[in-house]
Amino acid sequence: MYKNFLRYLTSVIFLLGFSASASAEFKVGFVYVGPTGDHGWTYQHHEGRNAVEAAGIKTTYVESVPEGADAERVIRQLAQSGHDLIFTTSFGYMDPTNKVAKEFPNVKFEHATGYKREHSNVSTYSARFYEGRTLLGHIAGKMTKTNTIGYIASFPIPEVIRGINAMTLAAQKVNPNIKTKIVWVFTWYDPGKEAEAAQALIDQGADIIMQHTDSTAPVQTAEKAGVWSFGQASDMQRFAPKSILTSIIDDWAPYYVERAIAARDGTWGQQDTWHGLNEGMVAMAPYNSAMGSDLVKEVEQLQKDLASGKAHSFTGPIYDQKGKLLVAEGKVADDGMLAGMSVYVKGVEGDIPK
Amino acid sequence: MILDISFIGILIGSIMASSVPLILAASGELITERSGVLNLGVEGMMIIGAISGFALMVITDNLFVAIIGSMLSGVIISLIFGFLTQSLLTNHVATGLALTIFGIGLSAMLGKNFVGIPGKDFPILFESLKESIPFFGPILFGHSIILYFAFVLPFLTSYFLKKTKLGLIVRAVGDSPTSASNQGINVILVRYCCILYGGSMCGLAGAYLSLIYTPQWIENMTAGRGWIALALVVFATWSPIKVLIGALIFGGITIMQLHMQAVGLRIPVQFLSALPYLMTIIVLVVISRDSRKIKLNTPTSLAKIFYKEK
Repeated sequence: MYKNFLRYLTSVIFLLGFSASASAEFKVGFVYVGPTGDHGWTYQHHEGRNAVEAAGIKTTYVESVPEGADAERVIRQLAQSGHDLIFTTSFGYMDPTNKVAKEFPNVKFEHATGYKREHSNVSTYSARFYEGRTLLGHIAGKMTKTNTIGYIASFPIPEVIRGINAMTLAAQKVNPNIKTKIVWVFTWYDPGKEAEAAQALIDQGADIIMQHTDSTAPVQTAEKAGVWSFGQASDMQRFAPKSILTSIIDDWAPYYVERAIAARDGTWGQQDTWHGLNEGMVAMAPYNSAMGSDLVKEVEQLQKDLASGKAHSFTGPIYDQKGKLLVAEGKVADDGMLAGMSVYVKGVEGDIPK
Repeated sequence: MILDISFIGILIGSIMASSVPLILAASGELITERSGVLNLGVEGMMIIGAISGFALMVITDNLFVAIIGSMLSGVIISLIFGFLTQSLLTNHVATGLALTIFGIGLSAMLGKNFVGIPGKDFPILFESLKESIPFFGPILFGHSIILYFAFVLPFLTSYFLKKTKLGLIVRAVGDSPTSASNQGINVILVRYCCILYGGSMCGLAGAYLSLIYTPQWIENMTAGRGWIALALVVFATWSPIKVLIGALIFGGITIMQLHMQAVGLRIPVQFLSALPYLMTIIVLVVISRDSRKIKLNTPTSLAKIFYKEK
């Protein structure tokens, strides 16, 4: 409570600063859920922003903006203070973004990882992180000795569930005995809690640690305990040089530059972008040589196939936990199903928190 | 698996490790509050300690310097609070809140160049014993020196307050600054000392996070632990031993709920997440029910501004 209040207070004080300097110059605003120094999710968005700056476009950003009512005020402030294009970079900004977009029809909005485009000035964009998760699952299935994969999950939203499912399906394919143990931490960013979750999973027998949270604490915990891990959002290799097998990297820069230029030149139109390995929005950090050259080759091939469309993360037959058929044999899941995914596939333990 | 005796040992070991920052910060704040000063800047002092410790470790490559430096940084930042509240007689609550906002902002600024640098291994004591003795090994051994210090500190604090003359002075100042002043005690000086001591412990608590628990610097890495430490002091009714119990319960249930999830127990996760807060409050309220003792421990002049009548 206090923390949110303080964050809001700092955001407002900060924003008051630039509302005074509103001008006609083309400006792009960014709203971040974490600090730019998280070395994960927000860090990568910030790298994207740096690329926009490098392209000669003026930008501003507000970091550590809590999801919910505070976000709405921050987004509105940005719109009021003369920003022409605003990127809101967290799932929880979905409703606030649409609400503010209605009030400012001349400002363009880009919301990351959401699905609501209620007004013509709202676009959505996301990356097919699940393609990366498929690669991680394949590696995990091959590398685990205890057949137990520990997964630190943030919030029960489709994106996170999709990642868990994609990883589990790929791991099952190469190792039918694997079990996925999941711990929900209900935060995107709390290094201490993420480390505790990783330790709990390791104590429960997991020898592979995977995270859908933003700090580097889980990989460091894995390094200390001598188990394998994967980096999230950016290359976390140097935090756990022995433990990290690879990282999924989110590369937003080309998209941000393209959209900012389009908005400036008046060619911006509403769209829903969902790019993956093929377009480079999802990239893989170098593979750890501890995987062995055979496995590296295998994974690189799979990566190519996923990019070209020859392979798909969700290829049937896929069953849910109760054994109901979700995707028939020979079919792949369509984007609509992927976007709204809200059940675990067979083989994942536990229930999705409601 | 959960009933395995050596596993329980490992579990208790990780619970102890997670409670350390709470014990340190809360013990420090307890002394500050017993002298009648309410410093809500715990979170801010912790985060400053975290960045100072980490930065000094990177610059000097000396963990001893880093630890001492983090405590000193806590002292310096709490000195600002002390000057404002004791010398300029500002409101404790507002000043403490400002200190937290200031600390978070300042740490982010100081830390810009230290993001993304991996930390260094902190020496662990008796590592071989940890592995070789089942159950007791992971509980008693294989920890950092700071952890041992944290577990002795509440007892030292209790002894200090109850058995020493200085402790009596601190309590006198917290309970009735006017009477203490009339007895010739320099109330402002005592309160300054208690504020600075609290600052040093909060700095150390922050350094534990950035140097030992998750060895790295990331913005906001204390993630609200300062507020929990503050709440612990109140719910433990200003008793150092109950602070220790509270911190262990909080850390314990936090870790236990993660394990319950990993095991796949079908209990709503949201309920499990709320459990540490709930249980800590319930237990502390139950064990502190004796209203006579509460009165005995509560610093009656808490957060009241004291100025010497001329």
